Amino acid sequence: MLVVTDLAKTYPTGDRALRGVSFSVEGHDAVFIIGSSGAGKSTLLRCLNRLIEPDRGSVRLDGQEITTLTGPALRQARRRMAMIFQEFNLVERLTVMENVLSGRLGSVSLWQAWRRRFPAEDVEAAYRTLARVGLEGFENKRADALSGGQRQRVGIARALVQRPRMLLVDEPTSSLDPRTSEAVMRLIVELAAEDGIPALVNIHDVPLARLFARRVLGMRAGEIVYDGGPSGLTAEALERIYGAAPAAAEPVP
Amino acid sequence: MSTLARTWRRPSIWPRPWLGPVAWLAFAAFLAWNVVSLEMNPERVARGLSRLGTVAAGAFPPDFSRGGLLLSGIVESIEMATLSTLFGVLLGIPVAVLAARNVVPGALYAGGRGVITLGRTFHELIVAILFVKAVGFGPLAGVLTLTLNSVGFFGKLLAEQIETIDRGQIEAIRSTGAGRGAVLLYAVLPQVLPRVIGLTIYQWDIHLRQSTIIGIVGAGGIGATLYNAFSRYDYDFVLAILLVIVGIVLVGEAVSALARRWVQ
Repeated sequence: MLVVTDLAKTYPTGDRALRGVSFSVEGHDAVFIIGSSGAGKSTLLRCLNRLIEPDRGSVRLDGQEITTLTGPALRQARRRMAMIFQEFNLVERLTVMENVLSGRLGSVSLWQAWRRRFPAEDVEAAYRTLARVGLEGFENKRADALSGGQRQRVGIARALVQRPRMLLVDEPTSSLDPRTSEAVMRLIVELAAEDGIPALVNIHDVPLARLFARRVLGMRAGEIVYDGGPSGLTAEALERIYGAAPAAAEPVP
Repeated sequence: MSTLARTWRRPSIWPRPWLGPVAWLAFAAFLAWNVVSLEMNPERVARGLSRLGTVAAGAFPPDFSRGGLLLSGIVESIEMATLSTLFGVLLGIPVAVLAARNVVPGALYAGGRGVITLGRTFHELIVAILFVKAVGFGPLAGVLTLTLNSVGFFGKLLAEQIETIDRGQIEAIRSTGAGRGAVLLYAVLPQVLPRVIGLTIYQWDIHLRQSTIIGIVGAGGIGATLYNAFSRYDYDFVLAILLVIVGIVLVGEAVSALARRWVQ
């Protein structure tokens, strides 16, 4: 269970990316965060696992305060909040198996990591997870030899192999075509449900959010302005999140 | 007929239009003064050229009769180049990591840059003189010289490569809970490995060249033999040495080109 209270972040440039965000996620539902670019969605996810340091506020995962952790304790907390990225962020020159096993880096020694000698149960888990994401037999391919959809599947496998307590998913489909987007989104939601963990998903694509979400958070200018089911996303609610629709005379970009 | 009132000129890079001619004049004056103060005398150049002819005449045919001396000098140069490349790369990799702004905190970064600057400040001949004073004549001084030189060269180029890598891959590995060491191994190293290999070969190639020259100040290798031959006016032996150096550099170039093609 994740409880976020009054989380705020102002960048050195003066951009107030988060202005006191509070929400909680219980059970194992997928929560979709929508909002325009620059609304603070990516900053929010990265403040949860402290890839970005929040200025104030509290993040509690299963009762543990994350914002005050340091060193190994912080790294363990990161392992429990696995992240999936917009640009997949696979290590291009490594094999698929190395990319998946890198999800275990928080739990093995540097020497084991260097020699690629991961514990047998980690290797077994990696094979199993590759099968779950539909990439059986891909373990020895290099990550840069895969298609976009396949890469994101490796990214999902890397996240699941961390045995996380929740998934932080940052625009997972923005670099994919519409059909692949839907397949990848479905895979994330289904696998998270199978593992009984919640997923916090940033997304641009409102129809995709409607399709998969049980709950939607709408962000605008660093604040949560909508919190409810997808059916509540009326024209009025969308205007609150995205601002007024462009006038008819203006060409839509 | 309509009047075309508008004209266009490319905006000048000079804040005032008259600054351009003034700057060019000042530069020309500086060049002229250099010629005068350094006594660039055409007559002396002409005399020197004819003396060069005498040297050239004395050099033919090249004398390969002292093959043993030649061979041992060349082998020593190659050994020096190889060993100093190995040491230089082993030291240069950690220095490069410390000197890459995107992977270490500010204080360490300053230290890493400092080491690189130190390694690059002086020409290898000056460094060689210092090491010859410190550890005496011979290849040890040469190896130390070239090692220091590669920490600067290799460290700088690798650090710059590290600074251009994809941050997303670092972010992803950090998000798994990996520590600093694991981030270096899994996110940084794979991205720069081809460059490490390419630079190592290039460094060896450069060291091969440099090892033929630092012998002149007593730091081992074929350079010492070359210097002795010059001072004894054995111009035919000098030519033999120079031809062998040309050969070895060409071979080095070929090996390095082949190896780099293999890395791509």
